[in-house]
Amino acid sequence: MGTQKKSFFVIPYLLWIALFVVAPMALIVYQSLFDITGHFTLGNYTDYLESATYLKMTFNSVWYAFLITMVTLVISYPTAYLLNQLKNKRLWLLLIILPTWINLLLKTYAFIGLFSQNGSVNDFLRFVGAGSHQILFTDFSFIFVASYIEIPFMILPIFNALDEINPSLVNASRDLGANTWQTFRRVIAPLTMPGVKSGFQAVFIPSLSLFMITRLIGGNRVITLGTAIEEHFLVTQNWGMGSTIGVILIIAMFVVMFLTRERKGKGGQSR
Amino acid sequence: MANPIIEFKNISKKYDDNPVLKKIDFEIESGKFYTLLGPSGSGKTTILRMIAGFEDPTSGEIEFEGHRIDLTPANQRPINTIFQDYALFPHLNVSQNIAFGLELKKMNKADIKAKVAESLRMVQLSGYENREITALSGGQKQRIAIARAIANEPKVLLLDEPLSALDHKLRKEMQVELRALQQRLGITFIFVTHDQEEALALSDQIFVMNDGRILQSGTPVDIYDEPINHFVADFIGESNIIPGTMTADYLVHFDHKDFECVDAGMRADEPVEIVIRPEDLDITDLDHGKLQVTVDSQLFRGVDYQITGHDSDNHEWTINSIHQTTVGANVGLIFDPEDIHIMRFGEDEETFDARLDSYEE
Repeated sequence: MGTQKKSFFVIPYLLWIALFVVAPMALIVYQSLFDITGHFTLGNYTDYLESATYLKMTFNSVWYAFLITMVTLVISYPTAYLLNQLKNKRLWLLLIILPTWINLLLKTYAFIGLFSQNGSVNDFLRFVGAGSHQILFTDFSFIFVASYIEIPFMILPIFNALDEINPSLVNASRDLGANTWQTFRRVIAPLTMPGVKSGFQAVFIPSLSLFMITRLIGGNRVITLGTAIEEHFLVTQNWGMGSTIGVILIIAMFVVMFLTRERKGKGGQSR
Repeated sequence: MANPIIEFKNISKKYDDNPVLKKIDFEIESGKFYTLLGPSGSGKTTILRMIAGFEDPTSGEIEFEGHRIDLTPANQRPINTIFQDYALFPHLNVSQNIAFGLELKKMNKADIKAKVAESLRMVQLSGYENREITALSGGQKQRIAIARAIANEPKVLLLDEPLSALDHKLRKEMQVELRALQQRLGITFIFVTHDQEEALALSDQIFVMNDGRILQSGTPVDIYDEPINHFVADFIGESNIIPGTMTADYLVHFDHKDFECVDAGMRADEPVEIVIRPEDLDITDLDHGKLQVTVDSQLFRGVDYQITGHDSDNHEWTINSIHQTTVGANVGLIFDPEDIHIMRFGEDEETFDARLDSYEE
């Protein structure tokens, strides 16, 4: 009876995995093996690998995702560190998490309002006499908005990693002669690396396939793999090519997960 | 007397108006084993953290070898701490943990390696260099924490209840080792504990603390035999504490009788408390006893029996005896005049010491 009960509880999980993970991936791989006329071919992959446009797009996706991840990391680490020192740290953290509860599209439209020619930012710039500027549809606005949206996902794991550090380890480090910077470099930074890695995953991977922000804020000046997939499925109707790029994206995600995995065994690197 | 290595001068500490240390003064001599003993919340750990540099006094000064040290940051003090939870770095292995302080001192690699090996030998864990911290048992972690601290050759080693997480048998072993280590290294140890047995077994000097004050300081024997007040007598060891009055010098009255004792220097008819340790009481027949009690209970504890009884004044008496008796029996108790210790109400340590000096020559 015990095993029967257990198998009963396993059903929802198996269904989920089969319907929403295995099946879609199999379909994407299957679709990627047909050309636009419905003939079986590996042509989509050779096209992809031979096309400078697609390779540049891939490079763009990785490069912009990397930029967005770095910007969020540089902002999030000090923020998480500061939050962790505060008295009501959980409350302050909640205030940072709060915007993630609001729909992504709404937040993106809000930035169109802020950044457009007659938006609040340009109004202010004109008011202080700096004149109006093209803010929307620039690389800057794209990275700014994407980072704004991703920041909570970077802060949260880093905050948790910092929160888990036993305060007596920091005291022990000071006790053994380390100043504040040495304590950070030798104790706090290595102990928060798992948090930084999960934050990196949580930001980098979704950023690879951003397409809505590239269109609404980036004005399609930045074409990423996500945009290309959307174009192929909705505009050119070339599902085969769209699926091929999807497969490339999935491979990229696995590569990132592999590179940022938790390494077991030899704890700590010798200096 | 040699110059003190650490001196607390009128130290007070408050957390949000809540006093945890009240005008503490004491001196620590180099090369001895000191214990701060007291219940939780007595301020003993706060003192330790102040010496380490993790807390600042609200007022007062701390001197180290004659120089003020309370403004020096923790990482610049020649003092190391062994933490209650060991605080070993989980991302480093055993030798990296021990080398942590040495690397910061820019010691060269060969010297570090030799020092790590030497420290491990001291704690009897030679060959553990490449072990992960997570692969160690509680007792081993304890030893690595000690090795990490002594590798830095501190002048003073602070120990914050380091044995409290170990089981009874291991704790006894570590006590013996700690004591041996201290004598071999000659480093000043300051040990914090709430375990009075541990304090008595390990220390050269004990500071008994309660409620932010040092109530009594002295050797384990002094404190055990001559506790200054009810709290100390009760906290250290088992004791029978009975109210009485001082009839004259060397004569105390309790239980409707006068008893010879060895204390003096009090006013005539001054109300006092008398202390007799359970192991100083012997059971005899009713007629030969100085006191008569009825036995209420008897517990076999392996080494002895713990017997409780009450006298005609309804004072409870605890007797530790290797001889068995019968529950319900009326028995006599005998003891020697020097087994009686007299405590005055509200006497501070200074007058207590002065009074003892006046007649103990």
